[in-house]
Amino acid sequence: MSDTIILTGTNKTGDTRRKNFTLEKLVFARRYASPILLVSLWQLACSSGLLSTRLLASPAQIAVTGWTLVRDGTLPYNLGVSLLRAASGLGIAISVGVVLALISGLSRLGEDIVDAPLQILRTLPALALVPLFILWFGIGEAPKILLVALGATFPIYLNLHKGIRTIDPKLLEMTSTLGFSRWQTIRDVFLPGALPDFLTGLRYAVGVSWLMLVVAEQVNAESGIGHMMMDAEDFLRTDIILVGLLVYGVLGLLSDQIVRFLESTLLAWRPDRRKGQTV
Amino acid sequence: MTGRRAEVESGTAVIVEQLTRRFNGGPPVLDALDLAIAPGEFVALLGHSGSGKSTLLRTLAGLDPVTEGAVTRPRDVSVVFQEHRLLPWKRVWKNVVLGQEDKGIRQRAEAVLEEVGLSHRKSAWPLTLSGGEAQRAALARALVREPAFLMLDEPFAALDALTRLKMQQLVADLWKKHRCAVLLVTHDVDEALLLADRAVVLERGQIRVDVPIPLPRPRRHSDPEFERLRTLLLDALGVHTS
Repeated sequence: MSDTIILTGTNKTGDTRRKNFTLEKLVFARRYASPILLVSLWQLACSSGLLSTRLLASPAQIAVTGWTLVRDGTLPYNLGVSLLRAASGLGIAISVGVVLALISGLSRLGEDIVDAPLQILRTLPALALVPLFILWFGIGEAPKILLVALGATFPIYLNLHKGIRTIDPKLLEMTSTLGFSRWQTIRDVFLPGALPDFLTGLRYAVGVSWLMLVVAEQVNAESGIGHMMMDAEDFLRTDIILVGLLVYGVLGLLSDQIVRFLESTLLAWRPDRRKGQTV
Repeated sequence: MTGRRAEVESGTAVIVEQLTRRFNGGPPVLDALDLAIAPGEFVALLGHSGSGKSTLLRTLAGLDPVTEGAVTRPRDVSVVFQEHRLLPWKRVWKNVVLGQEDKGIRQRAEAVLEEVGLSHRKSAWPLTLSGGEAQRAALARALVREPAFLMLDEPFAALDALTRLKMQQLVADLWKKHRCAVLLVTHDVDEALLLADRAVVLERGQIRVDVPIPLPRPRRHSDPEFERLRTLLLDALGVHTS
């Protein structure tokens, strides 16, 4: 009828705010209700004999086995071995990836020499190199660590290289009018400017490390979480396999949290909305 | 030539002689340009987009090479660009003293930030500043070096009208205090008339008009002489008001 639209505010009084608060708590509970229900159903299916423990151990059994493995030292020992492998591989990957990215990011000649071969290598699935690595490095620690290193180098290199190459040229002009030396420019502009991309690369690299480690430890190893799981397969111990899976899951989650924490501390200069952005 | 040399000795801040610049063999962007700026003189450089004014400033700033002709300028120069160009990962005061590493630098930064009216944001991250605040920080970064020659490349073009007025006032005050030679590149005739001793209109790489602005400061838009110069400069820019 009329051409006027009336917009009224929905001003929240104390009462409705209290109602919202209980609603928020409910939402929180709702998020966990479904997984808890699924685990209960799983337990029920196992206890009633509907699900054979040869196929899938019950949650309760997994908890008991997990505790036993911790107490007899099997889990801590294998976890330690796996962590050491992942950390060494990732350490190598970061060193190599950063050095290569700096070479190809900071000089045109370096880019011509370094970038092309890396772009070609990157298209190879790293896991396909397992047979070759075993031939070259035997079955000791070296092939496992190097496999992790190989897989994790690419995300570090690619992201850091992109970060260096996409530095705003206007900032570089500004520092050149201030008479910056090459070294000052690298220290104050290139490195901090490429840090966000480096951390994105690090997050990918951590994920890749666990993936490479799982495969390396299951193909041939005498220790490590992957070996523990492969051993359990021979004795149909689905509970141990599931404990291993759980450990991998927790490790993946924890390492992701660590990188997120690094991002929020090192990139404090970014406005809030860009912090902890999902990759 | 000897005459020019004598001027250097008597303290001319900037001399541009027969400066020609072309890109990829095209028509010259700067065409045998001659320009001198005395120490402490405030020169406004007006012109349409593509008239060569940014190229001239970039050449003076050392960002573009001198291929034909010669440029003499003081060693200590500073540039304020249209964008603030602050490093987002350094706090405001660190941006101000960028590249300077001697002791007591923090006190100097604080003094200059006080001058530009930004001392309350000295520890802020640049991405949290408003446009006007960021440009104040850029001005502080330029001034902390105590330049003999300050270049301003359309520094207020991206600001809102009210902030621009405040910033023009600030530049007028700072210039009165520091008395360095200034080259202000701008589109804005009023800005040139409010601030400069002399206005130069560039057209196709050559100086079309070079007029002194002998108005007393602070300047008023209502001054009839202001109005006369305004019409003159707009005419030179091809904008006819009456």
